[in-house]
Order: sequence, then C-alpha cells, then structure tokens
Amino acid sequence: MARAITTRRKIVTTGVAWAIGLLIFFPIYWTILTSFKTEAQAINNPPLFWGFDFTLENYALVQERSDYMRFLWNSVIIAGGSTLLGILVAVPAAWSMAFVPSRRTKDILLWMLSTKMLPAVGVLYPISLIFVQFNLLDTRIGLTLVIMLINLPIIVWMLYTYFREIPVDILEAARMDGAGLRQEILYVLTPMAIPGIASTVLLNIILAWNEAFWTLNLTAANAAPLTAFIASYSSPEGLFYAKLSAASTMAIAPILILGWFSQKQLVRGLTFGAVK
Amino acid sequence: MGHITLDKVSKSFAEVEVIPPLDLTIEDGEFVVFVGPSGCGKSTLLRLIAGLEDVTSGEICIDGEEATSVPPAKRGLAMVFQSYALYPHMSVRKNIAFPLRMAGMDQAERDRRVNAAADVLNLTDYLDRRPGQLSGGQRQRVAIGRAIVREPAAFLFDEPLSNLDAALRVGMRLEISELHKRLKTTMIYVTHDQVEAMTMADKIVVLRAGNIEQVGSPLELYRNPRNLFVAGFIGSPKMNLINGQIASAHGAATIGIRPEHVAVSAETGEWHGKVGVSEHLGSDTFFHVTCEGIPEPVTVRVGGEVDLHYGDEVWLTPDTTHLHRFDKEGLRIG
Repeated sequence: MARAITTRRKIVTTGVAWAIGLLIFFPIYWTILTSFKTEAQAINNPPLFWGFDFTLENYALVQERSDYMRFLWNSVIIAGGSTLLGILVAVPAAWSMAFVPSRRTKDILLWMLSTKMLPAVGVLYPISLIFVQFNLLDTRIGLTLVIMLINLPIIVWMLYTYFREIPVDILEAARMDGAGLRQEILYVLTPMAIPGIASTVLLNIILAWNEAFWTLNLTAANAAPLTAFIASYSSPEGLFYAKLSAASTMAIAPILILGWFSQKQLVRGLTFGAVK
Repeated sequence: MGHITLDKVSKSFAEVEVIPPLDLTIEDGEFVVFVGPSGCGKSTLLRLIAGLEDVTSGEICIDGEEATSVPPAKRGLAMVFQSYALYPHMSVRKNIAFPLRMAGMDQAERDRRVNAAADVLNLTDYLDRRPGQLSGGQRQRVAIGRAIVREPAAFLFDEPLSNLDAALRVGMRLEISELHKRLKTTMIYVTHDQVEAMTMADKIVVLRAGNIEQVGSPLELYRNPRNLFVAGFIGSPKMNLINGQIASAHGAATIGIRPEHVAVSAETGEWHGKVGVSEHLGSDTFFHVTCEGIPEPVTVRVGGEVDLHYGDEVWLTPDTTHLHRFDKEGLRIG
C-alpha cells in the first residue's frame, strides 16, 4: 500500500515539475517558433503552432539591417569583462570576510546586498551624470564597470559562501609551510574553490548578458550589446513580431547554449550550502 | 636548532584571558608535551608559538631571536594538524613538496628530499595519489612528511593522533618517537591523552585553565606531583585520592596512593572492604574495592592471576613510603 502511494506521488511530482518547466520555457519556445514565421502568420489569430510556412527570411533581414556580430562582440566583452573584473575584486574581499571576520562582517555583507534592493532607476541620474562627466557614455569600458558594480554584491556573497566551506586549517597549514598571503590565495585557496568560482562566473555572465536597464540607458551605437539589438526591433505598433523574435532568438542563443552545457555546474552552484 | 623561550606570554580573546602570563623554556632537541583537559589552552599555546595567533602580551624567542611578531611563514617551524590539513587538490608528492616550493628550492633538490621523506614514511607507492584516496594513517604520514622535508627548527604537533583508531594510534606514537630519536629536532606535542604524554615526552607541561601546573619529566610528574590536579591527571588508572579522617591521620587534607602501591590481603590490613568490578588486562588486574570510611572505590593493581571475585571481602594496606600528601589548597606537603 505504501508503495502504491509512493509511486502515485512520484507520478504527480514529476507531472507538476514538467508542467512548471514547460510553462517557464513556453515564452522562449514561442519566440523561437515565431522567428520562423512570416510577419502575417506571426500575428495570426488564433496563433499558429504548426502548418505555417517555415522561413529563414527574418534572420536574413535582421542580419542585413543590423550587424549581429558587432552587438554580440559587445555583449561578450561587457559580460566577460565585468565578470573577470568582479572576480578579481571579490576574491580578496570574500577571503577577508570568510577567514578574518570582524564583528561587523555580517553587517557589511548585508549592507552590500541591500544595494541590490534599490531600484536601478533611482541612481540613473547620478550615474548618467558621472558618465557624461568622464566621457563614458556609450563606451564598453563604462558599461563593463557599471555592470561589474551592480553584480559585485552577488559575486562577493557567492564566493564568501564557498570560501566558508574551506577548512581554515588548510590555509593555516599553507602559512606554516611558508606561503605568504598571495601564495596562499593563489596556490591553495583558489584551486580549492575552483568549482565555486566557476559557478559564480557562469551565473554572473548570464546576469551580465541579460542586463537590460543600464545597457539600454547608457549606450547608443558603439557599445550597444545584444539587449539593445533586441530593443531596436521593438516598435510600439508591434508590426514586426517575426523580426523581433528572430533578433531575440539570436541574442539569447549563445547564453542558452552556455547554460545548457554548464547546467550541472550551475545547479550545484546555486544549491551550494543549501543541503547541509 | 630549536630553542624556544616564552617570556610572560599571555593571550586574551576579546575580554576573556585564556592564557595568563606564563614563562616556559624549551631546550633544543627536546620532546615537550603540552597536556591537559580540553579547553585548558594547550592548543592556543601551540598556536601562539606557531604564530597562527598573536600574543596579547609577552615575548617569544626562537633560537635567541625575537619572533613575537614574525609571521608563521618566517618562523621556520613546521606543524602537523589534528585534521592533517593536506591540500586536497594536490598529489601526495606535491603536498610534501609544497613547503620546499614556497622556499624556492630547485626541482632536483625538491624531488630528492620528497623521495627521501617518502622512503622514511613508507609513502613511496602513494606519491601520485590524492589525499582523498588515502587512509587516515597514510594521511597522517603525509602530514608528517610535509613537516620533515624542510628540516624545521622545531615540529609542532596539534593532537595529531586523535583522529586515528586505537591500534593505529599506538603504532604512530612509536613512529613519532622514533622520528624524534633519529632527527633530534625539537618537538612540541599537544594532547589531552596523558598516556601519549607519558610515553613520548622528555618533558611534560601540564596545563589547566591556561596556567602551567607543573613541568617535568614523565617520571618526575608521576612520582612527585606538585598538586592534586597533576596527581589526578597523570597516571592510568588514576591515583586514589582520599579525604577526611584517613587523610588527617597522615597529617594531610588529602592523601593519594597509586593503585600499584596498595597491598591486598584476605586476612589482615588497614582498610576493610569489598571487591567490586575488576578489570583483567592479562599482565595486570585492577580491582575496584569499596572500603569502609572511603566514599570512592579504591583502585588496586595486582598481578595477572589473582583469585578474587565480585563481593569478596579483602583488606587493603597502602605502602606509606609511596603515600602522597596534599594540604587544604591541594598543594603537595613535603
């Protein structure tokens, strides 16, 4: 009897999980589907799930009108650069908080996180003024810096959590073995924290890649990444759904593929410390 | 060389003083054991010598040089941790070579020393394994290997055997003693196990609540404990400590008598009692005898083959030449 209940419960949970998964995936699926339709079929009512004329025309038109590679390159530089910079700043910060905590460490961590609670638009004006002042508007370096800063609290938090799992004994052993601070971090701490650092890097690349508020507000043409590429196809009248979908698909494809190949690492990273 | 002196060294964590100012001299080549119950400050004291904790006040000298504020990496000491603290991402070879690599030694010399250490510690077949693939005893050997390759001024051991099972512990104890005899390097060894202290030490430092209760050779401490704490802590089974009238008859607040210094007789003696639980170890037998006028059972050691059973009536007689007498404050008299 108990067995029957377990089996039934298994079927129900599996069913629910699949339903939620499909629900979340549906908009992406719908976007990809629409990108292969003609503009007329894209706005057909009722919506067409099959039987439409499969076309690659939208992709050709999008590529013709705007240079995808240039946007892609900007996205890669901004997402990659902000992540690399963030890690370089966050490793020493997380090290000091995890291994040399003070009475205020917890407060500092919370304070850092609290900056994420502020709506981004609240600081749009000051940041824009700073960008104007320093000629950073529409530059990759400016955008890389801003995105690094907005994601920094998350990077520090994640690294802090991973570092806390590393036994202090091992770092002390390194000190006894003659390692200075730099060697201790380089040869002992970092290699041991590689899985954690990898998850942090992946998540941060995804966050930076998808970041739209600052990328749209602080760029025009030169430094515009893929988020701006998508936005340029959104017209208020909504007449170009198919092209918009094609642009969106092109923009999210690289990150989807990255996410697919690294999902094991990502899941491990995001649930780290949750099951202890 | 490994001559270490502590001069009025103290340590406080926030408001709590874990080690009140203390003085201690460790001679070159000595095997010194810090022993005491958990929380007595013995590990903290070791970490102060290592430099892993900063002293609150006082001075530490290593080989005549002021080392109080020298970072651990520069003190020339090697440490073996209770948890072994091996680098999990490195092979055994790289673990042992790590201190040499940090010292900037060239590859050929590194290899030579690692191979020599591996040979001494029977680790040659395991050099390319990761610590995760080794047993507890092997990990302990790697940790020792990592300590000996750099030929330190002194070795610091922080309860190195407490994660091993009993049989392995006895074996490692002998290996460490053997190592000390061969290397003749100063060793400071922290343990809560007085058997380890007695069997390994040249000099035992008994600690309680951060205070040094007594310093001396194992037999000195065994024969002449300075106070009740040392009397009760050193020796297994424990010394019998008796208060009250029986003690005052000997002119003391408390008297102590070791189990081997009590004679057992079926007919006559000083204390009359009944045999309780007995422990047969083969060579020795320990009887716990409940005596009239003595609240705690008296432990008695007799030879291996004695025909006494639970409930038998016996007479006990302490050998007064081996009687320890303590005053009201617990200090030794005479």
